[in-house]
Amino acid sequence: MRLFIVMYSCLAFWGAYSQNTISGTITTENGLPLSDVHVHIGKKATATKPDGTYILSGIPSGVQKVYVAAIGYTTLEKQMEITGSTTLNFQLQEQVVVLKDMEIKQRITKNSSNSEQNIRIETIEQLSNSSLATLLKEVSGVAVLKTGSNIMKPVINGLHSSRVPIINQNVRMEDQQWGTEHAPNFDVNAAGSVTIIKGASALQYGGDAIGGVVVIEPELLRKDTLQAKSILNLATNGRGGSVSTMVQKGAKKGWSWNALGTFKYEGDKEAPNYVLSNSGARGSSFSGNLRFAGERYHWNSYYSYFQQEVGILKAAHIGNVTDLYTAIATQKPNSTEDFTYSIAAPKQEVQHHLAKINYQFRKNESSTFDFQYAVQHNQRLEFDLRRNALNTKAALDLAVTTHSFLGTYTYSNTLVNLKSGVQIGYQNNFSDPKTGVRPLIPSYSKMETGLFAIGTYKKNNATSFEAGIRYDFANIEASKYYLKSRWEERNYAADFSHFIVREEGNQWFTKPRFLQHNWAANIGYRKQFHHEFEWIMNISLATRMPNPSEWFSDGLHHSNGQIELGDLRLKQEKAYKWNTTIKKEWKTLTATLQPFVNRVSGFIYLQPTGFETTIRGAFPVWEYKQTEALLTGVDLNTQWDWNSYLQHGLNFSFVNGHDLTKKAYLIDMPPVQLQQTFTYVKKEWHHLKIALKNEIVFTKKQFPNYDFETNIVVDGELTPVFVPISKPPKGYSLFHFYSEMAFPMFQKNKITVAFSVQNLTNKVYRDYLNRQRFFADEMGSSFQVQLKFNY
Amino acid sequence: MKNLKKAVAVVFLTLLNSACNNDDTVNPPVNEEEVITTVTTVLTGGGQVITLTSRDLDGDGPNAPIQTVSGNLVAGTTYMGATTFKNELANPVEDLTTEIEEEGAAHQVFYQIAPAVGAITYAANNVDVNGKPIGLRFSLVAGSAATTGTLTITLKHLPNKAATGVAQGNIANAGGATDAMVVFPIAVN
Repeated sequence: MRLFIVMYSCLAFWGAYSQNTISGTITTENGLPLSDVHVHIGKKATATKPDGTYILSGIPSGVQKVYVAAIGYTTLEKQMEITGSTTLNFQLQEQVVVLKDMEIKQRITKNSSNSEQNIRIETIEQLSNSSLATLLKEVSGVAVLKTGSNIMKPVINGLHSSRVPIINQNVRMEDQQWGTEHAPNFDVNAAGSVTIIKGASALQYGGDAIGGVVVIEPELLRKDTLQAKSILNLATNGRGGSVSTMVQKGAKKGWSWNALGTFKYEGDKEAPNYVLSNSGARGSSFSGNLRFAGERYHWNSYYSYFQQEVGILKAAHIGNVTDLYTAIATQKPNSTEDFTYSIAAPKQEVQHHLAKINYQFRKNESSTFDFQYAVQHNQRLEFDLRRNALNTKAALDLAVTTHSFLGTYTYSNTLVNLKSGVQIGYQNNFSDPKTGVRPLIPSYSKMETGLFAIGTYKKNNATSFEAGIRYDFANIEASKYYLKSRWEERNYAADFSHFIVREEGNQWFTKPRFLQHNWAANIGYRKQFHHEFEWIMNISLATRMPNPSEWFSDGLHHSNGQIELGDLRLKQEKAYKWNTTIKKEWKTLTATLQPFVNRVSGFIYLQPTGFETTIRGAFPVWEYKQTEALLTGVDLNTQWDWNSYLQHGLNFSFVNGHDLTKKAYLIDMPPVQLQQTFTYVKKEWHHLKIALKNEIVFTKKQFPNYDFETNIVVDGELTPVFVPISKPPKGYSLFHFYSEMAFPMFQKNKITVAFSVQNLTNKVYRDYLNRQRFFADEMGSSFQVQLKFNY
Repeated sequence: MKNLKKAVAVVFLTLLNSACNNDDTVNPPVNEEEVITTVTTVLTGGGQVITLTSRDLDGDGPNAPIQTVSGNLVAGTTYMGATTFKNELANPVEDLTTEIEEEGAAHQVFYQIAPAVGAITYAANNVDVNGKPIGLRFSLVAGSAATTGTLTITLKHLPNKAATGVAQGNIANAGGATDAMVVFPIAVN
């Protein structure tokens, strides 16, 4: 990091004691006082008060090192001659280089009393070839819900999908996140930092984050410069890779911009013993920001395009329950072919556009207005194996368009920060009937209005409080055809006859309409006991209304061979979450402990309830149900610097889900996970870094028993068998290797070369949180090379 | 800056407008193309014509298929069998049998019956481009003594036709996905 000496003023001489008292005020360039600034003179250190003042006594006369540092500002470091007690005022310049690690955490902090964790840019670059969920897994308490080897969703403290909103550049992603096999439409290369907030406390983004919030921020360059970065990844497993290039033009004032393009191409992945046929993936993405920074205002516009084509494991395409039984009984994929790059049906094709414009105006020192309009368009095509191979129409064609307007007003002074705002959203989903397949999700439109207010009170540097409240009103109207037989079986006639518009053959055309009032609130408390010990506590209420799949699902879900039934009677889900962070720093060891209790009232989940026999055979029926749930768990993270070269990191997470009504466990809760990384860094040798990572996932012992009995044909006769769908696969231990070195190139440029191996021992395993675990093993070893150019 | 503001307003209004219009169109119901509603097997032999039909007019809906079997087999008799598939939800009704035959290499019909009830052999004249059986036509020799049992008829999509026994009608190694599977009660007199 480059250090700047900015400016100082007012030097007064005050006699010549050998022990002097130095005081002063630290401000921004605009003269705003800065609190919590670290001031270090000689051997004494302190932090500034909320009004920016500091006082240090016992400074000996003579030349002393002066060091002033604040997060988000350029560190000031110089030698000064102290000849007596004096006043030293400093102005700090806003930071101009790329922010890293802990700094970002605080800079973008919604408030300091949140339990949040951050992923730094170097980790993002390291994982440039992977999915967002894989990246988030670097944080303890995050697991990955997979569908095969390409589709991954983050699970925070046991919850995922609609319960974990993803905020990209201050815009909530609306990419059909309700489906477990709908991965976030985001290219990790576009992230400058990623923050995970475990709790519902980020109220400006919505009041329904029952699991947590993922906040993605771009890299910001606040200095006059032009720089570029390219990352090339090659991997043996999948025999492909990706290339990503970003160009950034930074500026302190005036215009600045950045542009990113990523292209990815992968063939079939391979398990240790066979090819995972039809698991290729390809995608491309483009995104860019254009900003204008004026004296008191900022314009920021952003556009991002993400496109992906992903093959669905061929062996996972099953017909009825007999096929499922066979897959589980044999533990072998029913179809493996030679490696290929081509992707056939079943597959997904997804496109996501996001455009936003943001205007921020600073009225005066304490008042800021922020207006933002964003539009998103998400197009999802799912192709199934059709009986007629000539028919290449998609089996599912959903297009979701979302408009959202966000206006916020922030008032802040040294003690108090108040943020209030309004959010207005309109969403329209068009479910194309031309697919020739009854859609699982109907067309619908949704209108939402939200109001929120969040206040932070900073009593002093060590203590702060936060409280927030949010109200959302939503109006959702769907257009859906129900089979009369289904309408009857669901017993809707009594309660929902008023939704019926007309009769259409053996179907009812209905317009279900729901009005919802949702409340959310949050209280937080942060206390820094002394420099090494910090305590954060949060209590939050979040309310989530059922998503379209929970309300309206009706029919066979082709991707997993089960009939899924929504329920119009479902009510909101309410979560009361308590979480706390205890952080202790010793000389070489830092430990963060995060226990939580999440009581979810009206928890919506899918439960198998029996069979329906169709002409294709019998299918298990899974219904959306509501219950009273209790999730408890703890996440632990430690960092231990053995010496200046060797480091040990540990991530542990445990979560338990209880169904209080049925006195049983909840399904799909992540198993206990333990990750340990040993890192060796030698800066002198071209920034050599070698890391060995061990990832242990224990066998999940707490699971509900949803096994069922069915009849299959044995020797020409129907014979009853058990289909053991509930039992989680055995735990596993994986080793990963990573190494990198950086070399200067030409004058100011740099090239970083990395070599890594995933699944070093080529371990054969299956994962409980992979929805295709019945059909095939997970991926085997992959050797990867990464080249990163900075120029 | 003023122009920019104007441009933003125009874009906003256009998008909002287009989105709202979208909502007013009423989607027609889906014309279901993928569904098989009806499986019919006709057994002809010994002067009998026995028709086995399974019909499921609500597709993946909750109602179970309705099955009818028009008669019983006579012990020791040889029957010629032919199976047809239809989608009666499509308008007009679609006969899928020819489609299956045309794409014979991607499909195969399997028959499972207890040896005491009967034995089934694929007809030699119903093969795909690779000379592998499609299985729409077959012969059935009824068991030698009076008994009852079931006949299971399965239409597999993309089976592994080269696997052991598959060409002889053994479904165990066939893999693939099930497009139709019906179980008929059978009695031998």
